[in-house]
Amino acid sequence: MILDVILRVAAKMFIPFILMFGLYVQLHGDFGPGGGFQAGVIIAAAVILYAIVFGKDAATRVVPKWAVEQMVPLGVLIFAGVGVWSMINGGEYLNYNVLLHAGEPIGTYDAVHGQHWGVFLVEIGVLVTVTGTMLTIFYSFTGRGRPQ
Amino acid sequence: MVLLTLLAAITVGIIRTRNLFAVVVLSGAYSFLMASVMIILDAVDVAMTEASVGAGISTVLVLGALYLTKIHEDPPRFSAAIPLIVCVATGAMLIYGTWDLPPFGTADQPVNIHVGAHYIAESARETDIPNIVTAVLASYRGFDTLGEVTVVFTAGIGVLLLLKRWGDA
Amino acid sequence: MNQDVVTELADRPLLEAIATSYNYWITIFLMVSGLYIVVARSNMIKSLVGLGIFQTSVYLLYLSPGKILGGTAPILTEGAQIYSNPLPHVLILTAIVVGVATLALGLALTVRVHEAYGTIEEDEITLIVDREDYAEAGEDAETTP
Repeated sequence: MILDVILRVAAKMFIPFILMFGLYVQLHGDFGPGGGFQAGVIIAAAVILYAIVFGKDAATRVVPKWAVEQMVPLGVLIFAGVGVWSMINGGEYLNYNVLLHAGEPIGTYDAVHGQHWGVFLVEIGVLVTVTGTMLTIFYSFTGRGRPQ
Repeated sequence: MVLLTLLAAITVGIIRTRNLFAVVVLSGAYSFLMASVMIILDAVDVAMTEASVGAGISTVLVLGALYLTKIHEDPPRFSAAIPLIVCVATGAMLIYGTWDLPPFGTADQPVNIHVGAHYIAESARETDIPNIVTAVLASYRGFDTLGEVTVVFTAGIGVLLLLKRWGDA
Repeated sequence: MNQDVVTELADRPLLEAIATSYNYWITIFLMVSGLYIVVARSNMIKSLVGLGIFQTSVYLLYLSPGKILGGTAPILTEGAQIYSNPLPHVLILTAIVVGVATLALGLALTVRVHEAYGTIEEDEITLIVDREDYAEAGEDAETTP
């Protein structure tokens, strides 16, 4: 099966680059187009490509179902946790200006730095949930099997 | 303009095709063309999302569903005259509605003056993030993004509830 | 390209109207054809694809007025004066992701319906459900004195 070999070799060469591109899109979401949603979908697409070429059993060994199912609520928790952190520091829910304390006068906050941290954490939460959900849905569809 | 005409042509193809596998391939091409149109409209974030989500995940999901159901669509049982008349009438009314729209691409339309201009002017000073869309999405409109993440979470749980066979891990 | 076309045809009113409104008309055509697929076709998967087409036409409808001729993408760069409006981009980003979530749930429901009824054509399912209702009504009429 020459075609099988071509697919396997090509997939093995591509998948690390796809994962790296997904990471790039996530972390450079502040400076160019990108952000959590696109990066989550790209990373899910890399795992789906692995599952399509190498089989579902190989994919579930590498990225197990329980891990993927735990990722789904974890992202929402991170996102909501940033909001709770804002409330603990005295601001409203999801007010990023109050996340970080400024150096000198006690009680003031570093607004711009807080915005950076807030956006960074929120995008990580989005990435985790989107990747988890896309992979969960894919595993559910392919794990169902035709009715007998 | 050529891209838009191609979009319309692909849509007609999707309506007429009966083989659902061909419909899936055509919808992937449609998403790709839509992403190109969005880049021309200066919406680069949206184009990246539409390309990855529409041409990537959508195609995989519909193929997965096709594997579990069937591939061919039966010929329509009832005549399609009434839906066609209704749709053409709706389209005519909507086209009549576009006569009053402001010309394409001007900077003084109501949609471009108020909040959009404020975001462009203020986001550098308040958040220091070059990508204004990310700044608006995560900071100015953070609640909407929280709601969106919750919707994605709910969809994942819903699909799990519907399709999981309890008993295997 | 749109700007050159518009300035060339500025003295021919009908052509100018067509050139500036062409995207709105294509948007409306896509919207109407998506609506037609949902209403007139009874195969569930095709209806879901038609719903997706309808949704993408709405994205075009939102994005078109946000574009400013001569502007650039709303990412702050050196040397760019005019930026396109970023607000519709944010709304449409959310809408795209919600759309794919809806598609996934709809497809999962379609798979379950296929397992329960053996078909995914809505007219056949209506017939099967009617037959079942008649059968149940018949049994109830027989058993009640």
